[in-house]
Amino acid sequence: MRKALTIMLIALVAVSSVFANGGAESSGKTEVYFLNFKPEIADVYTNVVEPAFEAAYPQYDLKVVTAASNQYQTTLRSELSKSAPPVIFQVNGPVGIQENINTVAPLQDTDFYNLLADKGMALSTDGNVVAVPYAVEGYGIIYNDAIMRKYFALPDKAVDISSAEEISNFETLKAVVEDMSKHLDELGIQGVFASTSFMPGSEWRWTTHLVNPALVAEFGDLATAQAAATFSFTASENFKNLFDLYLDNSVTPRTMVGSRADADSMAEFALGQVAMVQNGNWAAAQILGTTGNVVADDDIKFLPLYMGIEGEESQGICVGTENYLAFNKNASPEALEGADTFLTWLFSSDEGKPIVTNDLMFITPFSTFSADEVPNDPLARQVNIWMNKDGVSSVPWIFNGIPSEQWKADFAQAMLEYINGRYTWDQVTQVAIDAWAREAEIYGR
Amino acid sequence: MEKTLRKYFALFALPALICFALAFFIPMVWGFILSFCEFTTITDASFVGLQNYIRAFTVDNYFTQAFWFTLGFTIVTVITINILAFALALVLTKNVPGTNAFRTIFFMPNLIGGIVLGWIWQVVLNGVLASFEQTLLSDAKYGFWGLVILMNWQNIGYMMVIYIAAIQNIPADMLEAASIDGADGKTTLFRITIPSVMPSITICMFLTLTNGFKLYDQNLALTNGAPNHQTEMLALNIFNTFYSRVGFEGVGQAKAVMFTILVAAIALIQLVATRSREVEN
Repeated sequence: MRKALTIMLIALVAVSSVFANGGAESSGKTEVYFLNFKPEIADVYTNVVEPAFEAAYPQYDLKVVTAASNQYQTTLRSELSKSAPPVIFQVNGPVGIQENINTVAPLQDTDFYNLLADKGMALSTDGNVVAVPYAVEGYGIIYNDAIMRKYFALPDKAVDISSAEEISNFETLKAVVEDMSKHLDELGIQGVFASTSFMPGSEWRWTTHLVNPALVAEFGDLATAQAAATFSFTASENFKNLFDLYLDNSVTPRTMVGSRADADSMAEFALGQVAMVQNGNWAAAQILGTTGNVVADDDIKFLPLYMGIEGEESQGICVGTENYLAFNKNASPEALEGADTFLTWLFSSDEGKPIVTNDLMFITPFSTFSADEVPNDPLARQVNIWMNKDGVSSVPWIFNGIPSEQWKADFAQAMLEYINGRYTWDQVTQVAIDAWAREAEIYGR
Repeated sequence: MEKTLRKYFALFALPALICFALAFFIPMVWGFILSFCEFTTITDASFVGLQNYIRAFTVDNYFTQAFWFTLGFTIVTVITINILAFALALVLTKNVPGTNAFRTIFFMPNLIGGIVLGWIWQVVLNGVLASFEQTLLSDAKYGFWGLVILMNWQNIGYMMVIYIAAIQNIPADMLEAASIDGADGKTTLFRITIPSVMPSITICMFLTLTNGFKLYDQNLALTNGAPNHQTEMLALNIFNTFYSRVGFEGVGQAKAVMFTILVAAIALIQLVATRSREVEN
């Protein structure tokens, strides 16, 4: 009998250990789980934001997890099906909301939403506000003005303008870049443009950002792009203009781009090996954080993406956002409350705001930030300058209207085949057109 | 003793059975059901019939393309890994000095995880190809052979250990008898050694075959299917299908079911085929 009892006990222990999965929170704190989209500021969240918030609100346990570069959707989807899903997550616009339509919570009653200066910037669905933008960003061609000044001082330069600020269309840009390529040694650089990164996961600068002006030329605004059943890539030649300019005047030869990541491109720029790189103000942290960075803050400036589109002289850099925060309606009321407390603290308190401007380096759309409370990094200042420039209007971000991730993947692969010499540009254009039609049909546009 | 065992068999097996059911059987059945559903998280599934299976082939042809690539890759790696592993095992059972050190060294790559290996080899291969101004993504053949090299490097040591154990188990009197009968090295190898290690060949063939078909991490880290999905293997294609479009989770699941059936079928055929060649000792 004793033996039988022992056996039963052992079996019970074995069985129960199967069900005991970790054990729930025992500290009595409410966990606020934020799935961060931006890998470049992941450290700021863990080292600065988490301790500061937990010091201010000890009843909450803030947990910030960052998805790997280009893996946000994948990570989000698997995290959402876990037993402790993220409370705050990012959506990249209307398409992202559709993807998470069963998860997004109404936000109109939150304090966080009420901080928004222009309430029209928030995204709504079925009469509910479900996503609030938290950072406005701008991108274009980042250039190192020190190198440009050196070039314009050359006695045998082939152009008659005398500063980078005078470049206002593709023709001039091309003339300057190609002439710079002839003077690499005098300028002390290895190529005009940084690597056109095509390592798996690093294609996003071309499949979203570079294609944006072409999308704007064809569709005009986000609503049109989002509803478009077909895409005819009317600006295909313009896209090719700039893309070829990147490839032909780069520090990395065409055949080698498959081994370069976007981080490599930023490092090349920071180390002064190149004069230009296409990226946005979020890359400031990457440039300033590179060991051996030689670029002076005042020399980091933006040029718009000139690609020969009509009227581009009056176009500025691309300014917009794909950074919207949404709450998970399946989270507990305490966690949702915590999420609201956290974001309100971050974007309106005296402790939170300096972190936002100085460490996270966001240009925010919130009324709690005054005009001079913009990040002190050079690119954010540049975005501000371009947004307020006379006679120039910013190009809106409409690449969120791209029907699916698959379109980007197919387009990226077609570009890579073009670089490898196995596709003509017409084939690339055809892939972009066909893939758009196919993906749009799948989604019932 | 026997009687007691029989009496408590069910009780002793219970924990293992529960684990098996929870970790394997239930997810598998669930996964099979989900392949006929449309879903975003596994709790909100709705039945759609065979639509997922049809879409797996009609939306794009990457799945069939991945199948042929995987098949070619598996054939090449099964042959190369087994031949090289067996050759190494033969050499390292011949009382060469430092045998143990060599065995350890050859086995070590197997201890590194797939993703890490993929990254390491990506750097190595890109470094080599750089001298020809090429990268792994320049041509699908680089990706293919890169994967073959990586897979060989990782798996040879493991298979070698299995072969060494088998070769050491060949009775010495059999080899002695062969040499007294005047058999040369080649005859001994094909008439004595290989027939005697047939059970190990079955195991190694099975392992390399299924490893080849199931390869994922290395594929992801080395090329991620580029250029143009030409180096995308089945497992990676399934993953990409699952995540690259909203509403395609079911299609990915359908592909996964087909993949499971395919790998199981091929592995069974191979087992039957090689088993029949094993000799009873």
